[in-house]
Amino acid sequence: MAGTLASEPESIEAYLSAHDSKSLLRFITCGSVDDGKSTLIGRLLYDSKLVFDDHLSALEVDSKKVGTQGDDLDFALLVDGLAAEREQGITIDVAYRFFSTDTRKFIVADTPGHEQYTRNMVTGASTADAAVILVDARKGVLTQTRRHSYLVSLLGIKRIVVAVNKLDLVDYSMEVFARVEASYRAFAGEIGLNDVVCIPISALAGDNVTGPSAHTPWYEGPSLLGYLESVPIDDDQPDGPFRMPVQLVNRPDPEFRGFSGRIVGGSVRPGDGVRVLPGNRESTVARIVTAGGDLDHAITGQSITITLSDEIDVSRGDVLAGMASPPGVADQFEAHVVWMSDDEMLPGRAYLLKMGAKTVGATVAKPKYTINVNTLEHMASTTLMLNEIGVCNLNIDQPIAFDPYSENRDMGGFILIDRLTYNTVGAGLLHFALRRSDNIHWQAIEVSKRAHAELKGQNPCVVWFTGFSGAGKSTIANLVEKKLHGLGHHTYLLDGDNLRQGLNKDLGFTETDRIENIRRAAEVSGLMVDAGLIVLVSFISPFRAERRTARELVGTGEFCEVFVDAPIEVAEERDPKGLYKKVRRGELAHFTGIDSPYEPPLNPDIHIDTVRTSPEEAADRIITELRRMGRLRPT
Amino acid sequence: MLTHLQRLEAESIHILREAVAESERPVMLYSVGKDSSVMLHLAMKAFYPSKPPFPLLHVDTTWKFKEMYELRDRLAAELNLDLIVYQNPECIELGINPFTHGSTVHTDMWKTQGLKKALDEHGFDLAFGGARRDEEKSRAKERVFSIRSPQHRWDPKRQRPELWHLYNARKRVGESVRVFPLSNWTELDVWQYIRLEEIPIVPLYLAADRPVVERDGLLIMVDDDRMPLMGEVPKIKRVRFRTLGCYPLTGAIESEADTLTDIIGEMLRATTSERQGRAIDHDASGSMEKKKQEGYF
Repeated sequence: MAGTLASEPESIEAYLSAHDSKSLLRFITCGSVDDGKSTLIGRLLYDSKLVFDDHLSALEVDSKKVGTQGDDLDFALLVDGLAAEREQGITIDVAYRFFSTDTRKFIVADTPGHEQYTRNMVTGASTADAAVILVDARKGVLTQTRRHSYLVSLLGIKRIVVAVNKLDLVDYSMEVFARVEASYRAFAGEIGLNDVVCIPISALAGDNVTGPSAHTPWYEGPSLLGYLESVPIDDDQPDGPFRMPVQLVNRPDPEFRGFSGRIVGGSVRPGDGVRVLPGNRESTVARIVTAGGDLDHAITGQSITITLSDEIDVSRGDVLAGMASPPGVADQFEAHVVWMSDDEMLPGRAYLLKMGAKTVGATVAKPKYTINVNTLEHMASTTLMLNEIGVCNLNIDQPIAFDPYSENRDMGGFILIDRLTYNTVGAGLLHFALRRSDNIHWQAIEVSKRAHAELKGQNPCVVWFTGFSGAGKSTIANLVEKKLHGLGHHTYLLDGDNLRQGLNKDLGFTETDRIENIRRAAEVSGLMVDAGLIVLVSFISPFRAERRTARELVGTGEFCEVFVDAPIEVAEERDPKGLYKKVRRGELAHFTGIDSPYEPPLNPDIHIDTVRTSPEEAADRIITELRRMGRLRPT
Repeated sequence: MLTHLQRLEAESIHILREAVAESERPVMLYSVGKDSSVMLHLAMKAFYPSKPPFPLLHVDTTWKFKEMYELRDRLAAELNLDLIVYQNPECIELGINPFTHGSTVHTDMWKTQGLKKALDEHGFDLAFGGARRDEEKSRAKERVFSIRSPQHRWDPKRQRPELWHLYNARKRVGESVRVFPLSNWTELDVWQYIRLEEIPIVPLYLAADRPVVERDGLLIMVDDDRMPLMGEVPKIKRVRFRTLGCYPLTGAIESEADTLTDIIGEMLRATTSERQGRAIDHDASGSMEKKKQEGYF
């Protein structure tokens, strides 16, 4: 039986040596509480003797108190974790369980099967080598079975075992099992799952869980544990091309410069040629350094430190790759994106993208389509909501080295991070680079930004006015420009209303369009700063994230945020363009401050209280501040 | 193909390096127990030939076993590590101890409050801890990188999803990160690794004749004369400890296992899980989760 241990002391030594060479298999279990998933995991833990006496006595007490199995042990209670969940009787997050037999250690990602928890299943599946999909023999292949199978295939798990559970409730019927198996295989083939094994089990009674069952003489395949002990483990890319993202540059002293990381593909030896990407420099591996001594060979999965024979520039986030079949380098991709945040994905908003050891700025375009995980239908959408999966194009702000996710999970899987909350809001699987990024190169221009500016005798910058409609942005910006012009400075005023009649006339007032509106204004003002101008931008620009993006695009020292502050009631009272009246008459929707949010700056460079300050005073204050910042010629 | 211990080791080293790369002032919580010993050993490997680029922080209660202090000071000197010992000054002033104040107050004041103060005073933004997911049910869902509020609270509803080997260590001003490099290790893995790598551990884990008294079902070792004896006469028993904490709160088990091989053999046949020896986990189920929300590591 699995999990049996050598009990005689003299065999412990031999037993331990054998156990030192065990392998490690990670698998995910998919199914709902009703399918008996927790019971199955509890059973595996119990039968591999990993349930200790004190846990067991707690289990006996709990089983009587809240269990669902009468006087029998309710194994499900062994694995339900957080107090709130225990009260609700459901598992609501990813939990990791561990058990071990004589040949393998197992890490089980236990994830819920409820509709709203795609996010958790994707998380659990991301590290799994195999998947156990539970099907209730009485119910057969359900919508949720299809959903789980699709997610498992999307995340690149190739080995699937379908545990057809509760066979005791259908009298261990071979016909029922055969019917479920046939319908599953038909579906699995459609989504590219070919390595499928079906096993008839009863988690409750223990049939075919850890050993063959007398109740199913017609079944000749492995028990579930037998399968898990023998299924081959695809260490991501043992024979593939060498890949190692550099996590740290290790410099204990001036003589030693090593690059530390974990090998995520292939293997490496001293003397091997390597490419450093995305910069595409070349060198040769000098040493493979570990605390246990230098290695003459290192393989996928090992954490090592490499020294190179040349002094070339390598930093955190770079990828060391073999000379043959190097990864691609690009800054535009198509990817599957799984959304994991309560706040919807905003196309065009700047997120952080982390892949390997590299974090870059990224924007996600409007999805080409989203995928209904129940029917696998493609649907049109302008955004991604929590638990939605879409195929989207991504733009990142610098090129990165990558492999398609299907070839290497660690080189093609990424997470998206919100720039304000820093929460992980999405996960992505990168498929291929978009062609245009190969073909458009940055044209080197010889007359530099500095040359432009010097000719004009000024320090270019962006003065960004934000505030409600009617707060006085345009009035003040206009006055500032007149004064600067009078002082002999080269300026330009970008006004939101004016741009919307030309460059931005294709944009409306939805959140997505507003973000694009600001992105274009920021890009244009950035170009004008390059041209040596002092640029005044007068845009409502309601979202902090986009104003921050504009600041980063231009450069902090050259960006001055002016908060033109008027309470919404005051702005509505002024209503210079009659827009608030239109809103109140219901003729205008998505109006900032009324039915569309405004996020005031938390820390503006200049804060103008327009109730107490006249436009003339405000303009003078801004001029003084710009002079203090060194943007203007001294008078 | 790597063995399970090689894979666990490589993944833990990856986690240690990632955490250091993404933080400004990391620190390693060092409790002198076996998990801390393994974590420190992994840190020595992760940054070799450099030293670990962070100090060790021992949140001391003054009530640890003598042998723990000895190992701590010896290792810090031998490995030439920067060791910070923090004893909550409020506890010193109030004379907090497990006998007068009980285990709950003692643990909260010395450990939970002490830890928060130590982290705040030194401005650490990331702390490594040796917790494992297999220790307790509520820990099975803990992330490897876990965000704490400026008040050091853990919000089980605000956990970030962790995919592949990608860890998000970003935090807002005032927040900090707890990182658990041993998340996927089991007690058995830890012992096997200690044996394989010959990692120094406190001798209390090995059976020896020690003076003990029996209290509330626990065998408590009389480690020094601060322990008030209520007419009890310490008996010499052959005992060892599966887990180490404050000596008045840590139960010993009777055992003949005086080598690592014996310990593992005994553990494989064991029928009592590890945390049972700790008095603090004995209250109502779900208590560890409550402690974590309040800032217990």
